[in-house]
Amino acid sequence: MKFLPMTLLVAAVALSACTNPNRFGGDAAGSGNPTGGQPLNGIGDGSANDPTSAAYFNQTVGDRVLFEVDQSKLTASGRATLDGQAGWLMTNGDYQAVIEGHADEQGTREYNLALGARRANAAREYLLSKGVPAGRLRVVSYGKERPIEICSNEACYAKNRRAVTVLAGGQTS
Amino acid sequence: MKFLSICLALVFAVGLTQGAQAQLGPLRITIEEGIIRPLPFAVPNFQAETGEAGQLAGDLARVIAADLQGTGVFREIPSSAFIAQYSDFNAPVSFPEWKAINAEALVTGAVSVSGKNVNVKFRVFDVVSGTNLGEGLQFSGTTDGWRRMAHKVADEVYSRITGEGGYFDSRVVYVSETGPKDDRKKRLAVMDYDGANVRYLTDSSSLVLAPRFSPTGDRVLYTSYESGFPRIYVLDIGSVQRRVLQSGDGTMSFAPRFSPSGQTVVFSISQGGNTDIYSMDINSGQSVRLTNTPAIETAPSYNPDGSQIVFESDRSGSQQLYIMSAGGGEARRISFGEGRYGTPVWSPRGDLVAFTKQHAGRFHIGVMRTDGSEERLLTASFLDEGPTWSPNGRVIMFTRETHGEGGASALYSVDITGRVLRQVQTQEGGSDPSWSPLQQ
Repeated sequence: MKFLPMTLLVAAVALSACTNPNRFGGDAAGSGNPTGGQPLNGIGDGSANDPTSAAYFNQTVGDRVLFEVDQSKLTASGRATLDGQAGWLMTNGDYQAVIEGHADEQGTREYNLALGARRANAAREYLLSKGVPAGRLRVVSYGKERPIEICSNEACYAKNRRAVTVLAGGQTS
Repeated sequence: MKFLSICLALVFAVGLTQGAQAQLGPLRITIEEGIIRPLPFAVPNFQAETGEAGQLAGDLARVIAADLQGTGVFREIPSSAFIAQYSDFNAPVSFPEWKAINAEALVTGAVSVSGKNVNVKFRVFDVVSGTNLGEGLQFSGTTDGWRRMAHKVADEVYSRITGEGGYFDSRVVYVSETGPKDDRKKRLAVMDYDGANVRYLTDSSSLVLAPRFSPTGDRVLYTSYESGFPRIYVLDIGSVQRRVLQSGDGTMSFAPRFSPSGQTVVFSISQGGNTDIYSMDINSGQSVRLTNTPAIETAPSYNPDGSQIVFESDRSGSQQLYIMSAGGGEARRISFGEGRYGTPVWSPRGDLVAFTKQHAGRFHIGVMRTDGSEERLLTASFLDEGPTWSPNGRVIMFTRETHGEGGASALYSVDITGRVLRQVQTQEGGSDPSWSPLQQ
């Protein structure tokens, strides 16, 4: 019997790279505040009693609006919340905001990213229609990646289908 | 790689029993009629030709057997049932003793080790007819690549007996997951198709999603939030160097896939709440818009010659599958069953599209022909999604997530008969697998 010689090129390339903790070049600072709704540090005094504070915006004005299943149309209560947000943002002109769109887990990853983008944009368009300058409002979608409630039924899903207005300090350049 | 001629494969098929012939027939018959009787095979420990090769002699046989057994096409006869003593690769095979334990295929081998160098030889036999199935082959490599050598042997055995390409010497890039649902950490990882040799490609400081192999298996496209917004990156697996591909301000980009040439990337951009599909020349960065509707258009995937793209759109009111030219333009809908269809992936053979289906509160992985006919659902669970094809188009790997507060993701594979479903073992949770081509 004749044997056919073959050579395997075995990749042992990166075994040594594991010792370098910075090899990924990751930038944790750039990952933002993905969950939304957390009081921000270093902006205002942080007290919910201070109507110019982010905490007041988050808790009293309301930082989020919720959506029906697979919908990005604003509800009446969502519009009322956004009316409050618009008024607050017009009064507190030092803040910018990123509107985060989210979906519940009932859907594929890509579709939910796109659905979250629709929701965030619906909230943004409404705020723009109330006079908030476009340059102060950005949008990001997290799809189903950042649930705040973790059960797998409608009670949780309803809270996860949301657009959250997350404040950030400083004027738009 | 030397492949057996078709003539030899036919000789082997003729020599098999009636039941085995059924599963050696055309693949489609096997799939649709579900008449598989797994073919019994034996892989005795290889002969250790040098003293240092003792451990490898057993390990190689175990990996080869696991590869074959894992297909569901074969059934391993355990060594405890063996009558024949196998110890000399060049001694004549005692076929009656293998026949007596109902083995129909026999794989024998020998391994020698010299320093870091390994040499592996093997032969495949049709026990029933008492003949060699193709020529003996030998591989040489290094000790730390021994699993690849085992996979190469198993691919060759699989090919000789089924007449199809193998898939064992391949890798999977995926998202490795830890932590609870509301604090999930994700990082990219690459592993052998069977879960061995895991390497992490990113850390978990930024959310990463849906890595996709390049056609040559050396690069990966993925979506990362490291800028604070979802953007597409391309990463070199060897060096883990990465660069952002698409960074238009005020936009989000995701769902990338390579074209078969590796020169073009197709992906989605969300802007102003609307998501459309674009393609981009990976070198020049020039992009072309391929869809232009107010609907969600995403999850694009090329056909094997790169001339067409299958994607999902909710332009009809719910998620459905469409096919368009790679240059954009008119699209034709191919999914018409009940429920919603997403994440279509064209098979490497070109004949099928795998997809995720949602219907009546359940998720399924399914396949259909590219004209939408012959839809078959292969799985059902609380949440299955994101299929990826094995290099030979026989097996689909996907993400399965469990229900409830402790819900976690894992990788599963299913063959396209839907008969062989199994979890792929990973060190941590896993999602979004992408299967590489066969390694060179």
